[in-house]
Amino acid sequence: MLRRRSDNLIVRVTARFVAPLIQIFALYVLFHGHYSPGGGFQGGVMVAASIILLRLALGHRATQRVMVTSVATMGAALGALVFAAVGAVAWRYGGEFLDYGVIPFSDEVAQRRSHGILLIELGVALACICALVSIYDDTLTSAGRGEDRDD
Amino acid sequence: MIEFFVDHYAHVSLSILIGIGFFGMVAKRNLIKKLIGMSILQASIILFWIVTAEKDDATIPIIRKGDGAVDPTEYVNPLPHALMLTAIVVSVVTSGVAIALLVKVYRNYGSLEEKDVLGQM
Amino acid sequence: MIRLPPQMKIAITLLGVTVFGTSLLYAISAVPDHGAVYAPAHRDTSPIGSTTPGTYYLRNAYADAKTPNVVTVVLADYRSFDTLGETTVVFCGAVCVMLLLRAKFREWR
Repeated sequence: MLRRRSDNLIVRVTARFVAPLIQIFALYVLFHGHYSPGGGFQGGVMVAASIILLRLALGHRATQRVMVTSVATMGAALGALVFAAVGAVAWRYGGEFLDYGVIPFSDEVAQRRSHGILLIELGVALACICALVSIYDDTLTSAGRGEDRDD
Repeated sequence: MIEFFVDHYAHVSLSILIGIGFFGMVAKRNLIKKLIGMSILQASIILFWIVTAEKDDATIPIIRKGDGAVDPTEYVNPLPHALMLTAIVVSVVTSGVAIALLVKVYRNYGSLEEKDVLGQM
Repeated sequence: MIRLPPQMKIAITLLGVTVFGTSLLYAISAVPDHGAVYAPAHRDTSPIGSTTPGTYYLRNAYADAKTPNVVTVVLADYRSFDTLGETTVVFCGAVCVMLLLRAKFREWR
């Protein structure tokens, strides 16, 4: 039922109009998280909300090109992996796990930490987007034959 | 007496919210309603932590001018905010897992009423 | 299952609500006032003499990480292990729902 596209033209057009605006604002929230309220979790959840809005309005099958369900689960793993990898890179430069003060992004230690925080937030945002979209898609799988049934 | 409620209005209203959530978890016989009660309980606990961070005449914990000594009484306590940020995301994911389990229960037993499910077990 | 008469159920519910509410109100009476600056969480040192994390983060976050948003610094720098575990929890939740519901994994269940 929820996997079908909406019958209402206004709902479909409005969703297609609003979703990119949500995504742009989510990017602002994500990348401006150092200077204003925001960060990886908030931006990621907003991107996931825009994708779920498209899925609700345009149907499950048509919006697979936005994010494929199986890719979403892998993306959640990749986000957690990016986080851990940034921590492991610190080992390479002789620091402790997740101590980004030693990674040579720039000359100043405090500035390095700022860049490390940005990378971490990117990993968190990727994990958040993909995990929420994957949970939404899996919850709507039909009890019948395949997972691709649209009604 | 009135003073107590004026000074602690946030805590009193939050304890009412905790009571509603707890009542929903314990007394309701529908599994979805139990889940809604759990969500209300989680939200009330999160709000309780946020209330703990409050200071009078303080603003959000974003340092204004940069260099120089920071006066901690100008900003609210950042620790509860950071802790509850993770708690909110975890609560969303646990709700997702709970809904998935409820979908499985509905497919197996054809009902979400506790009475029917227990009767078929 | 034990069958209780309805009056009994109402009495038990009222008793539970009364006990729960009274204990919560009693606990609230010991909590510092709403927004009080003198609350133990906002002091510089805790009752046993160690540094309180909240004020420490506020004083040192900008000097340590050149990031004005203290919550971001606490989340991703001071407590990044916490956030790593939390991201793992998000991933585990996605995998859990996938194994429970996705048709491809039906024979695994």
